[in-house]
Amino acid sequence: MHLTQGTFSYLPPLTDEEIAAQVRYCLTRGWSLNLEFTDDPHPRNVYWEMWGLPMFDLQDPAAVLHELQRCRQAHPDKYIKLSAFDRSKGRQTTTLSFIVQRPPEEPGFRLDRLEYADRQIKYTIYPYATDEPAGKRYRH
Amino acid sequence: MSQLESATDTETTALEPDPGVWEVVGRLDRELVGLAPVKTRVREIASLLVIDRLRRQAGLTSEPPSLHMCFTGSPGTGKTTVALRMAEILHRLGYSRKGHLISVSRDDLVGQYVGHTAPKTREVLKRAMGGVLFIDEAYYLHRPENERDYGQESIEILLQVMENHRDDLVVILAGYKDRMDTFFQSNPGMKSRIAHHLDFPDFTEEELVRIADLMLEQLMYCFSESARQAFGDYLRRRMRQPQFANARSVRNAIDRFRLRQARRLVEMGRPLSREELMVIDAEDILKSRVFEVT
Repeated sequence: MHLTQGTFSYLPPLTDEEIAAQVRYCLTRGWSLNLEFTDDPHPRNVYWEMWGLPMFDLQDPAAVLHELQRCRQAHPDKYIKLSAFDRSKGRQTTTLSFIVQRPPEEPGFRLDRLEYADRQIKYTIYPYATDEPAGKRYRH
Repeated sequence: MSQLESATDTETTALEPDPGVWEVVGRLDRELVGLAPVKTRVREIASLLVIDRLRRQAGLTSEPPSLHMCFTGSPGTGKTTVALRMAEILHRLGYSRKGHLISVSRDDLVGQYVGHTAPKTREVLKRAMGGVLFIDEAYYLHRPENERDYGQESIEILLQVMENHRDDLVVILAGYKDRMDTFFQSNPGMKSRIAHHLDFPDFTEEELVRIADLMLEQLMYCFSESARQAFGDYLRRRMRQPQFANARSVRNAIDRFRLRQARRLVEMGRPLSREELMVIDAEDILKSRVFEVT
């Protein structure tokens, strides 16, 4: 299962050149870039771990790609996403965010049905990867 | 042999130097006084880059030239100024994507406790990517008297990036000649990765006077005839004193002349002509402390 989320979720994974082109766009707009990684693929998991500090005052995408390479080496089997923050007044929010690395194998999600009063059903999804404790997921 | 023949067969590549580049080099020649050996080297490097680009267009593949440089010379001899121009030249020729100059010293690179240095250095390197990193007084990175100094860690990261990110940034080290030499002796890896060593000579007295004239012109001031003589005298005395920093000392001296001129004009207490507002008189110079020592 191919997990998608964020900008470009409808596209096949971006190559490094395409990532660099997106970063270049962000830098021309004056946005700061940030790398985050996680091994909890649940779509409602918003607390990804930060890779270092957000990157301010950059001029060139090479710097972001350099950090991405280091993050990939340190976490070859986790999800990594790149986000851009627009600090301008009135915006002050994440403007772009997309996945730049996935684990080699993604087991996907299970649909759970919770039956409760009056035969009503609540649905929830459960990532198979979270069977393992954090830090031990996606190891093959 | 066959390669040679095919090379002569094809049409010759017209030498169309990017006019922008020669404009920057020309501006360097015109605006900077003296520094003949530096200007020659800058011209050589610019020519090398132009030819390298033409060679690549002609299909003669070659490794991109190593562009890291080392500027040595006394304070105030124009190292930073030349580095700025160099960044512009590299940018015009496409060897540097952004052409910005990040000027740092030891404090910006080396941390204060274990584990602080690497992120700090990397942060600076990231900011400099796509441009030029200018490390002033680079020899302070290495403190031989303290073997646990974090400077060494910074040097290692620097070396690694200089080698692996050659297309992404150009590093220029700057500092006094003798101390730079000692620095390279203890860091042979650094020396071998730096292709261009430029030595900035001290300015002569005539050159310093011309620099002063240029600075005054930019500020819309000028010397009176007697002031120019007094300034020559001032320079001869000042150059003998310790901590003489060439063009920087001239700039500071001019600032002080302006102060004294302003005071003199205010004390006159009458309407002033345009000329009076512009001219720096001998009197403004001769009041300097330099003339007190005999």
